[in-house]
Amino acid sequence: MDWLNLLIIPLARSVALILVLLTAFAYLTWFERKLLGRFHVRYGPNRAGPKGLLQPVADAVKAIFKEEFIPDHVDKPIYVLGPALALIPALVIWAVIPIAKNVPAIADVNIGFLWILAVAGVESYGLILAGWSSNNNYSLLGALRSSAQMISYELPMGMFLVSILMLAGSFSLVELLNSGRAWWEWLWLWAMFPLFFICILAETNRSPFDLPETENELVAGYQTEYGGIKFSLFMMAEYINMITTSAIMATLFFGGWRLPFGLLQNVQILGPFVLAFKVILLLFLFVWVRASVGRPRYDQLMGFTWKILLPISIGYMMITSILVVLFK
Amino acid sequence: MGLEDKIPEGILTTSLEGLVNWSRQNSTWPLLFGLACCAIEMIAVGTARHDIARYGSELFRASPRQADLMIVSGRVSNKMGPIIKRIHDQMLEPKWVIAMGICASAGGPFNNYAIIQGVDKVVPVDVYVPGCPPRPEALLYALDKLREKQKSETFAQYREAEQRAIRTSADIDALAAPRSKQLA
Repeated sequence: MDWLNLLIIPLARSVALILVLLTAFAYLTWFERKLLGRFHVRYGPNRAGPKGLLQPVADAVKAIFKEEFIPDHVDKPIYVLGPALALIPALVIWAVIPIAKNVPAIADVNIGFLWILAVAGVESYGLILAGWSSNNNYSLLGALRSSAQMISYELPMGMFLVSILMLAGSFSLVELLNSGRAWWEWLWLWAMFPLFFICILAETNRSPFDLPETENELVAGYQTEYGGIKFSLFMMAEYINMITTSAIMATLFFGGWRLPFGLLQNVQILGPFVLAFKVILLLFLFVWVRASVGRPRYDQLMGFTWKILLPISIGYMMITSILVVLFK
Repeated sequence: MGLEDKIPEGILTTSLEGLVNWSRQNSTWPLLFGLACCAIEMIAVGTARHDIARYGSELFRASPRQADLMIVSGRVSNKMGPIIKRIHDQMLEPKWVIAMGICASAGGPFNNYAIIQGVDKVVPVDVYVPGCPPRPEALLYALDKLREKQKSETFAQYREAEQRAIRTSADIDALAAPRSKQLA
């Protein structure tokens, strides 16, 4: 029954995963709007359904029934390709994230870390193609900003990932969670978590680093020419990216599907719920940052990554390698 | 309009119409766009005291392609008229317009050569809000009125209104006060 293991089961798993992620995206928008409301001492959406719970449904139906429009001055095939190319990598990264003991979401690739970096690299193509094909000054500037920002922040993020990799001793994320960590390893990793989180914020183009779509300078950045469902695809890409990166952070820094101190680690069914709980906490962090921190200037953003974050991350990597040699 | 043009009309589609109208009602995203002092009150409508987010309308989109509602908040000068018309054209169907304040509704105190006497000479207006400037509560009331309209309006009615509302630049030229060629 090779074809069953190779084709049918992964296919069924992918479909289930995509459905879960799309639902999660819909309710993440509700979660964010409600939470932002609470941070501003107001109610947030509450007219559509009880507690505004049907708000994502309303947004989705409205987007579907909006006029389908492709401007005359755009490069049509690439214009249509842009949103899809932005969304797919965000979903595909999930393949390697472990959701229970020895159970990856789809496949236990033995180069899990590289997979994450590689697919995250593809992501910026969606944005830059969208901006380029729109044939609009604001779109192009927004796309340039977002790709420059994503590539710059990938460097320190990669350095930090290399440090985690050295401590884990394996490229596979499943292995990472199976092999335990010493207490000093946890502390050493947590010390770096805020910086890693800053990189993630920039990678996902989230506030305070949402410079690609600063309304006062660039209208809506790379998505200026997109409306209706194609615009929704960009939103989907951004929010599923948030979920994906939260899951990556939960796996790398907070033990993924594991409960603290190895509690109940043989109860397979608990795994996804523990992971989901950690992801929700990290998503709360995203919204919290958005509600509290103002946006930096673009040169400050780039200066911060090249002059501060990159040297720190390289230093961190060197110290980690010394620690690994001495203590592991 | 959008997808509904491809669906035949009739009894079968009435419940679909209800669903779509409900979704439009609860997800009317305004355009991030202010003209004069009324814009300050429009900003206040998003604050904690008034909270337009309750209606799901707090997402002020800067790009006209993503907005559903244009709130013309302030006086419209002859120079601004064509620009407003252009932004309105860039918005995707279905779209609605609220004329906020007496200037946008009928010219207000500025009965002179420079101000268009009501934005309805340029774009079709759904709801007029009196006041100089209207309080945020008045704008929320206008949004409520718009929601009533969105709820009761059938696809056919919207299309008919849209047909009647189409205005060419020649129409605008005839309605607006004389201006030089370079402003057109």
